[in-house]
Amino acid sequence: MSHKKDIYSKTIPFALMVAVTILIGTIVTTIAPMFTKGMHPKLENLQPYTMLELAGRDIYQKEGCVNCHTQTVRPLKADVLRYGDYSKAGEFAYDRPFLWGSKRTGPDLARIGGKYPDEWHIQHMENPQAFFPKSNMPKYPWLKERAINVNEMKARMDALGFPYTEEDVAQAAESTELDAMVAYLQIIGTAVEKEGAMVIEEDSVEDENPLAGNAAALEEGKALYAAECAGCHGVNAEGNIGGSLVDYAAAEPASRDTYLVIANGYEGVMPGFASSFSKERIWALVEYIESLGK
Amino acid sequence: MNEYSYDYRTVQGFILSAIFWGVIGLVIGLLISVQMWDANFNFGEYFSFGRLRTIHTNVLAYGLGIGAEFGIFYYLTIRLTKRNLVLGKLARFHLWLFNVGMVLATFTLFIGMNQSLEYAEFEWPIDIAIVILWVIFTIVILTNIFKRKEEHMYVSLWYIIATLIAVAILYIVNNLHIPATLTKSYHLFAGTNSANVEWWYGHNAVGFLFTTPILAMFYYFLPKATGLPLYSHRLSIISFWSLIFAYLWTGAHHLVYTPLPDWIQTLGIVFTLFLIAPSWGSVINGYFTVDADWSKMRTNYLTKFFVLGITFYGLQTIQGPSQGIRVISSLIHYTDWVPGHVHMGTMGWVTMIICASVYVIIPHIYKTEIFSEKVANIHFWLVLVGQLMFSITMWVTGIQQGAMWKMTNADGSLKYTFMETLVGNYPYWQMRTVAGVIFVVGMLFFVYNVFMTIRKGMAKAALADAKAA
Repeated sequence: MSHKKDIYSKTIPFALMVAVTILIGTIVTTIAPMFTKGMHPKLENLQPYTMLELAGRDIYQKEGCVNCHTQTVRPLKADVLRYGDYSKAGEFAYDRPFLWGSKRTGPDLARIGGKYPDEWHIQHMENPQAFFPKSNMPKYPWLKERAINVNEMKARMDALGFPYTEEDVAQAAESTELDAMVAYLQIIGTAVEKEGAMVIEEDSVEDENPLAGNAAALEEGKALYAAECAGCHGVNAEGNIGGSLVDYAAAEPASRDTYLVIANGYEGVMPGFASSFSKERIWALVEYIESLGK
Repeated sequence: MNEYSYDYRTVQGFILSAIFWGVIGLVIGLLISVQMWDANFNFGEYFSFGRLRTIHTNVLAYGLGIGAEFGIFYYLTIRLTKRNLVLGKLARFHLWLFNVGMVLATFTLFIGMNQSLEYAEFEWPIDIAIVILWVIFTIVILTNIFKRKEEHMYVSLWYIIATLIAVAILYIVNNLHIPATLTKSYHLFAGTNSANVEWWYGHNAVGFLFTTPILAMFYYFLPKATGLPLYSHRLSIISFWSLIFAYLWTGAHHLVYTPLPDWIQTLGIVFTLFLIAPSWGSVINGYFTVDADWSKMRTNYLTKFFVLGITFYGLQTIQGPSQGIRVISSLIHYTDWVPGHVHMGTMGWVTMIICASVYVIIPHIYKTEIFSEKVANIHFWLVLVGQLMFSITMWVTGIQQGAMWKMTNADGSLKYTFMETLVGNYPYWQMRTVAGVIFVVGMLFFVYNVFMTIRKGMAKAALADAKAA
């Protein structure tokens, strides 16, 4: 093929044309939106991170947590059932960078704040397998041994323009990296009012366990307990973060009350499982728990 | 100009450096693949999954991928401008700086300096070093192009120029950070905006580090290795311009169903679907080039590397756009389907073409033949089997995982707990480790073949010198 002297023979015009071609999409999809309101929403009760929370967020970045955990609930039925209300654009105004992630090797954390008590996170970071025996999450025992570097944190707060008081500094000074991580996890997603995806009304539950005396249900309840509940209530159900279920069962509570506690939980103390466990599974757990008192 | 005077030392230096970083990145990849199904393989702070996964992607992308691209681009530039690197000493400096930079950069990831932006994890001092490296690279290449002894710029040079410009824009914009201290900075962009900039960058990093550079190699080395002329110059023109135009619009397909404004998501999805056309322009150009004589698949051991490589590029660029569509995204996003997709691109397309290019370059530098075509064939079959096994197991487990996440009971509750969906992955993740081992063994055959070819070439040169003396 013969070549006339075209753009492919002229370096500078060619390079300029390439640059312009690349910049069109860049400007429309990335630069121009920066100047629209839609990209900078902020919920009214969203607060900047405190020094301790920011320290925790920095550790979250340092340990590469974003490799396995997302922080955005999609507006899809199953996502909302599993994690809670879908993520709002206005929740992330102080997030530099965003930590939405791209992979859920572990569960989404957008609504982790307030889901469990602090002690749950403290023990879980130390040994995730104590809560979920087959979990693949690494243990993070070194966090509790490290103090927060306050001077470093001051510089970081200043860079972000986040306000802090002497009390904040004093609090950070006597905290470990683990405390910081817990403080961060507990604040995530709390600018949005918590709405239980499913709340079970009392009168929708049978008085008596329909699976009472069912040996297969008892076995299922036992297995489910070991996989999902033993972390908080103890391998022998004698209590840890949560109370002793042996003692609980000995008091012979009404089956329906036990069902409702499992289904709805207690705000900030125990998560509800109505959306994660089927009715049969909850009744199987009730059957197992009642067997502990016998 | 007598081609015997061309100086390829820097080219070879980059290729050997890339091999070095590649082996490290692959071994770390094997370790983290085991960590996925057994947490006991996390060894303390520095060898825990969160740190190592970041090192795996960065060492392979920057060390193996870009390291090889530096070397191979220099080679292409020398060939296509028909002269030695005008700034040869600067290129030499570039090689040393690259390796020192890689050591430092890897170290910073081990100690947890991590911006948590995918493929832009390095903190700001490393970012500055990377920009300097890129500027040096650009200056060396463009100087040669300006002073070329060939009037026309071949297709490969277009892709090289596009790569130089696009990567500079992408890397600088996404790494605009507010430095707090030497070891820590914060993204200039917040929340939704941060997400949009990051995935504009992230997706185009794939486009301009793992597509255009590899196409530059493909367009040069396929005709070179097979002796068959490129099928269509016109098709390569259309593919080139439409590819580099459309790519930049597509980042938001990584953010489907997130709080990013819908119009940006939709625009991203639409352009992603359009991208099938230019991608397949190159695929068709490749196929029709070989169509002139398919017996080359048997008679020329390198042909199959290029044909399979471009095939995986073709599959990748069908699969990728499908994943962007909302309904498919809702099933497979956040699952292991995505690493399956990524590894078809990196193991099946990028590495395949880079290795084939090296098989052309190294013997050419030493004016000898490849050490062993048989070893190259073993390499080919092992990486092919390893990659297919890797990708297919990840697709299967990704669909299973996505479906299990979605399934509900008649009473409206979820059918599976998160742990149940996780444990369902373990058998597939174990198979993935096996697939990874097969792939890595294949790559070790490649490394062996390259080193033996160099040894053979050096022995031949020494003999020639001795005769001359």
